Amino acid sequence: MGRTINIQPVTRIEGHARVSIQLDDQGRVTDSQLHVMAMRGFEKFIEGRPAEEVPRIVTRICGICPWMHHSASNKAVDACFGAEVPPAGTALRELTQVMAHINDKILHFFFLAAPDFVMGAGADYQVRNIMGIVQAAPELAERVVKMRQAGQMMLEKFTGKAIHPVAMVPGGFAKPMSDAERRELLDQAREQLEFARFCMDYAKENVFAQLDQAALELGQITTGFLGTVDSESGTLELFDGVLRLMKPDGSYHDFTYRQYADHLGEQVVPWSYGKFPYAKSWGEGLAMDLDNPKGVYRANTLARINVCDHIATPLAQAELEEFRANFGRPAQSTTLYHWARLIELVYACERVVEILEDPAICKGAVRRPVKPGAGRGVGCVEAPRGTLIHDYTTDDDGLIAEANMIVGTTHNLAPMNMSVRAAAEAVINGGQVTAEALNKVEMAIRCYDP
Amino acid sequence: MALRVAEEWLSSCSGCEIAILNLGAGLLELLRRIELVHIPVLLDHKYFGPLGDGDPDHPDIPEAEVGIISGGVRDREQLETAKLMRQRCGTIVALGTCATHGGIPALINQSTNAELFERYYRGGPTTDPGPDPDQVVPPMLERTYALDEHITVDLYLPGCPPHPDQIAEALTALVQGRDPVLPRKSVCDTCPTIREGKGQLSQVARLVDSPKFDPDQPLSQMRCLLEQGLLCMGPVTAAGCAGSREMAPRCLSARVPCRGCYGPVRRQGNQMLDMLNALASNGVELGSLADRPGLLRFSGAHGRLRPRPAPRKSGE
Ligand code: SF4
Ligand code: SF4
Ligand code: SF4
Repeated sequence: MGRTINIQPVTRIEGHARVSIQLDDQGRVTDSQLHVMAMRGFEKFIEGRPAEEVPRIVTRICGICPWMHHSASNKAVDACFGAEVPPAGTALRELTQVMAHINDKILHFFFLAAPDFVMGAGADYQVRNIMGIVQAAPELAERVVKMRQAGQMMLEKFTGKAIHPVAMVPGGFAKPMSDAERRELLDQAREQLEFARFCMDYAKENVFAQLDQAALELGQITTGFLGTVDSESGTLELFDGVLRLMKPDGSYHDFTYRQYADHLGEQVVPWSYGKFPYAKSWGEGLAMDLDNPKGVYRANTLARINVCDHIATPLAQAELEEFRANFGRPAQSTTLYHWARLIELVYACERVVEILEDPAICKGAVRRPVKPGAGRGVGCVEAPRGTLIHDYTTDDDGLIAEANMIVGTTHNLAPMNMSVRAAAEAVINGGQVTAEALNKVEMAIRCYDP
Repeated sequence: MALRVAEEWLSSCSGCEIAILNLGAGLLELLRRIELVHIPVLLDHKYFGPLGDGDPDHPDIPEAEVGIISGGVRDREQLETAKLMRQRCGTIVALGTCATHGGIPALINQSTNAELFERYYRGGPTTDPGPDPDQVVPPMLERTYALDEHITVDLYLPGCPPHPDQIAEALTALVQGRDPVLPRKSVCDTCPTIREGKGQLSQVARLVDSPKFDPDQPLSQMRCLLEQGLLCMGPVTAAGCAGSREMAPRCLSARVPCRGCYGPVRRQGNQMLDMLNALASNGVELGSLADRPGLLRFSGAHGRLRPRPAPRKSGE
């Protein structure tokens, strides 16, 4: 007679999940699952609605990354309606979307992930959290809270609404930026860049330096990767580009947004409301076998850092080179998601500074009228949690006839299941189940920032 | 003694929790006066104990003076969680419009579960069709409910998400043992735009073009968006998004119209009927509205949104 361990709620993540780990008589792990326990049905309930309203509805898919859904959705509607966005409108969209990445990465690293490293994986749950960090390292906590808040307020002051934004509209952006606003934001963005460099140094010294072999191997699996790069230069892109699907051996194939369904499929499993995306174009189906996985790829920070050829901003490029010198390409260690996340934080800050340094963002129209009609549009961006795909078809009245979405976190459902299994096997050997061991299983999940 | 607070999210998006974090420095201040005993987004308290060996049919949440719940109720597990929170907590706060009125997720109430599952597990260009998941995952209820359709709610904090000013006021009031002071009026009452009141409007336009405004001038120099012919739900939506420091309503600051995310002005009001009335009494031809049930996009619980009849043939 074996037994089942249930970890629920999986904590310090976004959403509703349960981990089940099945043990045999000897306490050996025989199986495990990460269950997605809830669903809401956005693809269904936006059917029949005016497409131009949808970018204000789908934001509610995720309150941590609403800017991502807002921008992908607007791109999809633009494409359905054949709209052309003026250059300043596109610049404002990229600016705000990348600004949102900054806040998200600070939130994830310090509020959600860091307690495991700063307080320790085996620390009591009552202190292994941001409140514990506030007690143990008040100056650090104050600085983090202040910088994250400043980032939210930068977005809020310019666009009115930072959580569930409304400022992007089909055809462009709802309001222009004045030069005074630009200069004020630029000063703040430079401060954020300084903070990003501090975060990287802090993490290298206090977190990454202490990663021993066991920590690097926690939840390690071998998979392919999906991300967005510039179609010509192959540089890392968060806002716009082509999709790049890399095999575990490092070879890759680039394709446009419209071609996504030729390359990606989704499988239904009986024990999760979330479907499992896989690399359909590899022609091997989906298998989450640790020794012989098939069709499994990963998204989110490590994936983007692996698929890009380089990064267009200097500080992040230097970080990328150091990372690659240490871990190769593609790096497979799941724990390295955290490191990759901070490289992206540096990139996002540099990119925001770069965009704001160009006064062109304040010049010319930001929006053109759109004409509702029949069409199909696939809009993508890189969300913090992975490649975000919104695919809409509209009817003659410009109402949504059909919608399909693959959101960042779901790309990682198969990999997270595999990492849970790998971590469980590593930490529950011989049947010793401790609170620390179970937290380590969750730490493997938190790498993916689901 | 710090006030013990438990927090849960049901059919929600985590935006309400981010709104709590957006208290910023105020959050650090508040954390000195409250003790969070359960909050899945921040704290590793588990339903089945630290070793995961508790009875899977009997989840546990610690007792607390205050229980904050975001999200509506969509499945059996969320229903059980809501009831457990009610048992364990003294005062229940419904945080956000999903909890108070169903919010965006209640738009699904226009479809049946069978339609939803058909689309999700057997439709779309990427899905390999499969049977509906039925192991471990909690069965769906027949629709999305607001919290007070299932448990007694003591304090309502609508907003999608609620403004941090109202979250701070509510928690501070609870710490001090007094009633919180919350906004009562409509979004229009907090809107600085120019209203001339002359109803020359006969149509409301879809959101396809910009309203007229001078970006170098403050909002108080822009004409009301409804008077400019855009659908704006300010008249039928509860105030609050402008916060307590006399800011403008959030969407208006971005120069886009309100879509009603704070729910109705009176808690039991009907945003769709109220808006249709407001438009009709101004002589607007209601046929120009592209999506009437969409007026209930934030308040479709309480039986307001129901499955649509099978699609009508075009031209009908
Ligand atoms: S009310 Fe809005 S912010 Fe809060 S959970 Fe619902 S959708 Fe998210
Ligand atoms: S209808 Fe809209 S724009 Fe006009 S006053 Fe009300 S909130 Fe402001
Ligand atoms: S203006 Fe309306 S939709 Fe916008 S935040 Fe305020 S209440 Fe919500």
